[in-house]
Amino acid sequence: MTIDTGHEIDRICRVICGQVRTTLRKQGAVVAVSGGIDSSVCAALCARALGKGHVLALALPERHSSAAAGTLAQELCAGLGIELLTVPIEGVLEEAGCYRSQADAMQQAFPAYRTGDPFKIVLPSLLTGDRLNVPRVTWLPPGGTEQTARIPRGAYLQLVAATNFKQRTRTMTAYFHADRLNRAVCGTPNRLEYDQGFFVKGGDGLSDFAPIAHLYKSQVYALGAALGLPQSILQRRPTTDTFPLEQTQEEFYFSAPYHIMDACLAGVNRGQTSAQVAASTGLTPDQIARIFTDIEAKRRATQHLHLRALTVEPIDPIEGRTRQAITGSRR
Amino acid sequence: MTEQQIHDAVREFLQTRIIFDTTRAIASDESFLASGILDSTGVLELIAFLEDTYGIHFQDDELVAANFDSLGRVASFVARKVNAPEVH
Repeated sequence: MTIDTGHEIDRICRVICGQVRTTLRKQGAVVAVSGGIDSSVCAALCARALGKGHVLALALPERHSSAAAGTLAQELCAGLGIELLTVPIEGVLEEAGCYRSQADAMQQAFPAYRTGDPFKIVLPSLLTGDRLNVPRVTWLPPGGTEQTARIPRGAYLQLVAATNFKQRTRTMTAYFHADRLNRAVCGTPNRLEYDQGFFVKGGDGLSDFAPIAHLYKSQVYALGAALGLPQSILQRRPTTDTFPLEQTQEEFYFSAPYHIMDACLAGVNRGQTSAQVAASTGLTPDQIARIFTDIEAKRRATQHLHLRALTVEPIDPIEGRTRQAITGSRR
Repeated sequence: MTEQQIHDAVREFLQTRIIFDTTRAIASDESFLASGILDSTGVLELIAFLEDTYGIHFQDDELVAANFDSLGRVASFVARKVNAPEVH
């Protein structure tokens, strides 16, 4: 898991230069920044690789974004010396019916739910038992205390679909600015997110290049420290910044802390046993085995997110050239 | 309602509504999660099917692999709930 950060930063910057200028033939990069570690590291890498004047950072807040996200984005971009443009996307989401659809879905779990009440989706922890990955929703009624309940299947799918508007609107906005500036959109998934399908197809899963998709989350933090990112970003707990109630990525998707998920994913990739990973994490082999099973299950369930549109037959010469661009850029 | 009837109904549900392959054999002890028969959305589908079909409701602490991770486990668990005497 330990990497030579200086060597890795240099290697990634060389690849970014080649991909953006030669393969993509673009004049710079656009990065949507959330104040989180992944997008901050990507912005820093792009600035180093392409030059400060060739990177535009976008802050894309909406109704449920935390105030801290904007402050952190400003601190990041001031430190890097790159341009930051703040584009609120709440109006687009309102018109698209995002918030109304979320409220409709929440009312199926809590009939007294009213638009604007804080809520979030939560999953049971994989560490506390063999609970099925059945999502539940938590609601904070005005003046009350948090309540959590199961949500009907159709309502859950609607809630996720409505929420995906946010990531897709952000990507649409990023591409507007990339198109007008003749730049490429930088994707910000880390290896855990990329491998486990923790992204929205056509949303944050869509980009022109993804410079940290091969790095485990712990390695991204190490790069962030080596790049001199602000402590406020390095020490921030990973959140989804997607729902009005504060929600960790662990609650929403991974069901275990990121350093445990990193160790387990690396263990699966290296062919280690659950007992071997357990010894290095302090967890029991049973707990690790449950995570191993969940990793494979998520890989299967999200495989379609990685696929391009399926055609009836290979369409040459397009398919061959695409393969060549991908393999060529990895050299 | 016998355990075998529930077993057969759940198998048919999985074959026709989840994996879309009526020729796919599902062993009674085959793990749904390990084999990939059920993903998280599939779990929600199965729970909704069982609650709607048999008029039962699962508590949160019942939603565990021990009760749901194979045909045999589901049939056994649901049969116990369906045939349990009503508490007054």
